[in-house]
Amino acid sequence: MTHLLAVDIGWGWTLAIKTVVVLGLIPLGALILGYTFLLKMMSHMQSRLGPMDPGGFHGWFQLVGDGMKFLQKEDIMPEQADRRVFALAPAVVVISTFLIFVVVPTGPRLVVKDLDVGVFYALAVSSLSIIGVLMAGWASANKFALLGALRAAAQLIAYELPLLLAVVGVVVQAGTMNLNGIVTAQQGGAIFGWDGLGNPYILTQFVGFALFLVAAQAELTQTPFDMPVAESELVSGYMVEYTGFRFLFFFIGEFGTAFAFAALAATLFLGGWALPGVHGGTADLLGPLVLFVKLMAVAFLIFWVRFTYPRLREDQLQAMAWKYLIPIALANILVTGLFKVWL
Amino acid sequence: MSTTDRPVATRPSAVVPEIEVDPGAFRHLADAQMNVELDTGDMVLNLGPQHPATHGTLRLVVRLDGERVLAADPVIGYMHRGYEKLTEYRPYPQIITLINRIDWLSSFANEVPFVHAAERLMGIEAPPRAVYIRTILTELSRIATFLLFLGEMGLQVGAMTPAFFGFRDREHVLNVIEGATGGRFHPNFNRVGGLKDDLPWGWIAECRRTMDIVFKSCDDFEDLLMGNEIFEARTRSIGIIPADVGTSYGVSGSNIRASGVDWDLRRDGDPYLAYRDVDFKVWTHPDGDSYARYWVRLQETRESARMVLQLLDAIPAGPIMAKVPRVIKVPEGECWVETENPLGQMGYYLVSKGSTGPFRTKIRSASFSNVSILPWLLQGVYIPDIITILASLYFILGDIDR
Repeated sequence: MTHLLAVDIGWGWTLAIKTVVVLGLIPLGALILGYTFLLKMMSHMQSRLGPMDPGGFHGWFQLVGDGMKFLQKEDIMPEQADRRVFALAPAVVVISTFLIFVVVPTGPRLVVKDLDVGVFYALAVSSLSIIGVLMAGWASANKFALLGALRAAAQLIAYELPLLLAVVGVVVQAGTMNLNGIVTAQQGGAIFGWDGLGNPYILTQFVGFALFLVAAQAELTQTPFDMPVAESELVSGYMVEYTGFRFLFFFIGEFGTAFAFAALAATLFLGGWALPGVHGGTADLLGPLVLFVKLMAVAFLIFWVRFTYPRLREDQLQAMAWKYLIPIALANILVTGLFKVWL
Repeated sequence: MSTTDRPVATRPSAVVPEIEVDPGAFRHLADAQMNVELDTGDMVLNLGPQHPATHGTLRLVVRLDGERVLAADPVIGYMHRGYEKLTEYRPYPQIITLINRIDWLSSFANEVPFVHAAERLMGIEAPPRAVYIRTILTELSRIATFLLFLGEMGLQVGAMTPAFFGFRDREHVLNVIEGATGGRFHPNFNRVGGLKDDLPWGWIAECRRTMDIVFKSCDDFEDLLMGNEIFEARTRSIGIIPADVGTSYGVSGSNIRASGVDWDLRRDGDPYLAYRDVDFKVWTHPDGDSYARYWVRLQETRESARMVLQLLDAIPAGPIMAKVPRVIKVPEGECWVETENPLGQMGYYLVSKGSTGPFRTKIRSASFSNVSILPWLLQGVYIPDIITILASLYFILGDIDR
């Protein structure tokens, strides 16, 4: 089969298409996650219906309407705020989300930039958002925001290491840091000689998967670890002074990052865009859809936990990360390494 | 200095704070000690009066070192409505409407001690049927209050979903209260000498069905929150009130029972309502921490539902109103009536000079004393623990400020 995307359209058009896709993808992903999980799943968990009217079908238009509302709002900036930093902070948060999507492959060729250090790059840029959070908290001239930002910074120390170490197992098993390479390694792998399903790494790296989800939950500041926003304590922490469009940026950043991390988890542990036995151009066509389905499954887990659990305290998160997550992650790497060498 | 000499600030935020210049800051760099410890000053944080965790308008001025609380000062009075004074200018039937609003979550339970005080001074007693219905409705309002607490405690420690379950299940109880009294929040159903109306047809069966929902709801909360490790980590050994400290601050109700003090006015106080005819257990917990307070309230919700079922079985027939004059005049005298309200000990000291309204009323509300322990309790805890402690003490602002 000739490749559908093999047509050479020149680097200019390619760049333009890639930019549009990445720019459109994140708000779209944030909307989808926000609608599916924040509005509908949470509502049904809490014995209510959520929005039902906007847009006709189960209120699907609600978030778009909310977004439009935010665009019309007055841009309020506290008088004591550090104006430039205050204005820049939401952009930094959103940019870090955009940068993750650069390396997430949605097909054999459907990837914005096929970096050889893809995993490393994705995890590195994802923690950039904490700088935006710190900027927001510091520049807001608000004590609640400051506390939230400092909590976020303290949290970074706790979850960043387990997040990286959880992925090391996958990298060791695949033998590459290239995300596309990891996907093809899973597609071409075999479970005890049977290659009907490939070898999604969730089967061998289930410990890593669990650790990754826990650490991602902290990275996303979602509920068991949402101390930086902590609605009942810090009244949404570093975001407290933000209104209108800037608040919308934080919202997109929050759900866009959840989208990105769900995509990363699906790529690393569930086989990404790959379906068993689907190769070449068909994989390019089906890839985005397959990845989306897997991503939504991971996102379901993430949000399920978010809407169920109470919040830990900051010191309890540190204790958990350093006493349990990191040792488990190290043991996981050790075991993976031993298997890799001997098998 | 006249006021015109001062520079007039147009807006408060435009005032430049005076900076104390440290002379040491201008020393030559060579003189500066390089190993000076960083001076991390305390931060004063204003929790409230507008804060989601303060149930209204409680203000806490908290001095912080990082996240640790050095000192906390509750500032109350933002919701003072002057009920004690207002009662001096109103006849008794109107006061019942007023005192509904003191603790607005369990309004019916508020009415009872006041009406009792008036009845005691007049030397009349409500007929047995009215007493039973009063008891049932008091327990129903206790259940409604505690169901809200059981859910809201989850919200305050960060779990969003239990709060909705609390509201959902409380709604059933409120429907039952509304069925009997016509009011969801403010029944205004008591009269001096009895009740406004008899129970409507079919109400008793409906009430029984609702108690099943309450039992199930309690089981849900036990599974959802009390069995959760994070909830335990957030509440166990947080905000411990030792029994002696608690009693010396006047903490009452479930809060003091959670510290192991076996004291319940329904059993230990002057006999009131029909509690002497009901078989019930007073739950205590030895720990005195936030978890114990949650546990005690959960058990008391179940116990109240059991009491309601017993009372529904034993409810006597008869009139619901004693013979009282058309215009109620309370003879000269004073009396003190205290009851076990959902939030704790609620008391009215009523002084009458023989007119249609009281001469003086002193209201002893539970939350006021419960909150007075906060400065002692909040020393040395972390910010998230403040919220846990506030939620577990469970106060109503109207009950503090009156």
